[in-house]
Amino acid sequence: MAGKRPYIPIAVGVLGAALVGLLVYGIATQAPSRSLDEALRHGTHPPAPSADQMLPRLSGGGSTSLAAYRGKVVVLNFWASWCEPCQEEAPKLERAQQQLQRHNGTVLGVTYLDVTPDSLSFVKRYHLTYPNLRDTSGEFTHSYGTDQLPESFVIDRNGHVVAISRGEIDEAFLNRAVSLAERS
Amino acid sequence: MSATRRTMMAVVALALALSPMLPSAQAGAATPRTNTAAPHTTTATPRTTLLAIEHQVMCVTCKIPLNVAESPQSTRERVYIRGLIAEGQTEAQIKNSLVAQYGPSVLDLPGTKGFDLAAYLVPAAVVLALLALLVLLLPSWRRHARTRASTGVDVPKLSADDAARLDADLAHFD
Repeated sequence: MAGKRPYIPIAVGVLGAALVGLLVYGIATQAPSRSLDEALRHGTHPPAPSADQMLPRLSGGGSTSLAAYRGKVVVLNFWASWCEPCQEEAPKLERAQQQLQRHNGTVLGVTYLDVTPDSLSFVKRYHLTYPNLRDTSGEFTHSYGTDQLPESFVIDRNGHVVAISRGEIDEAFLNRAVSLAERS
Repeated sequence: MSATRRTMMAVVALALALSPMLPSAQAGAATPRTNTAAPHTTTATPRTTLLAIEHQVMCVTCKIPLNVAESPQSTRERVYIRGLIAEGQTEAQIKNSLVAQYGPSVLDLPGTKGFDLAAYLVPAAVVLALLALLVLLLPSWRRHARTRASTGVDVPKLSADDAARLDADLAHFD
């Protein structure tokens, strides 16, 4: 028994514990962040994440960022052409756009995990007039805690998130954005 | 006159001699037209198949290989790949196009940032740990082996008869 080395089982144990820890960490970090939702629940309006990140325009012709829309009320909508609820809400968003643009506001679409030709067909089919950007890396989308589509965020003129809709939007959500644009 | 006639006959004879070659000559003339027309055809020659691509890329929404995915997004992804195949793109070109559309997560490879790094670091760490274990254990194994050799614990002793027979056998080789 004196010849046995205790450090070998200890080392194997530490290694096993480290792997389990890594697994737990991975599961915890892969889950979508809900920090924006938490902030709104506590009555604060957090700054819109990744506002300076440049994203290519869906229609081509360079890139822009959310920060370029500072001063406008923005309904930031994440969508993809293959997503059925996105198809349902597209006409509602276009109607909201008609109202928002009269009060210095806009809907800003961001396509996620969608191919450009399909996205362009979608824009044409639903006669969407609001600007659309592409998030090919998914970094911008993930910074909003979005991993399912559609999701929408109302951002005030100062670039703060004031409302969140995780799932298909309803008229009340859009009316809130329009009234914010009218008020401010 | 006879010279003219001879010339005409020679021309006719030459024409007759060449006549069997006429169809092939016509075919030869037709070939360049076919070749010229080829670039205007709408379907390019496929250089790969959907099957070959499908198991190398991911369904980006379901996070599983595309060949086993059944979601609306995976259906659109397949349609897009079929389009690229029909354009005659190679496997590498198709993968590049997919990355341009869906980002690097579409490739069946872990990322190089954040937690995805673990996919590269953990195997390396495990190999290092095993090497360290080997370095720790190897001296003691060798020491143990040397001890056994010096004490001759595992070496059976020869009887006097066997030793004599062995010596006799070895003597044959001298």
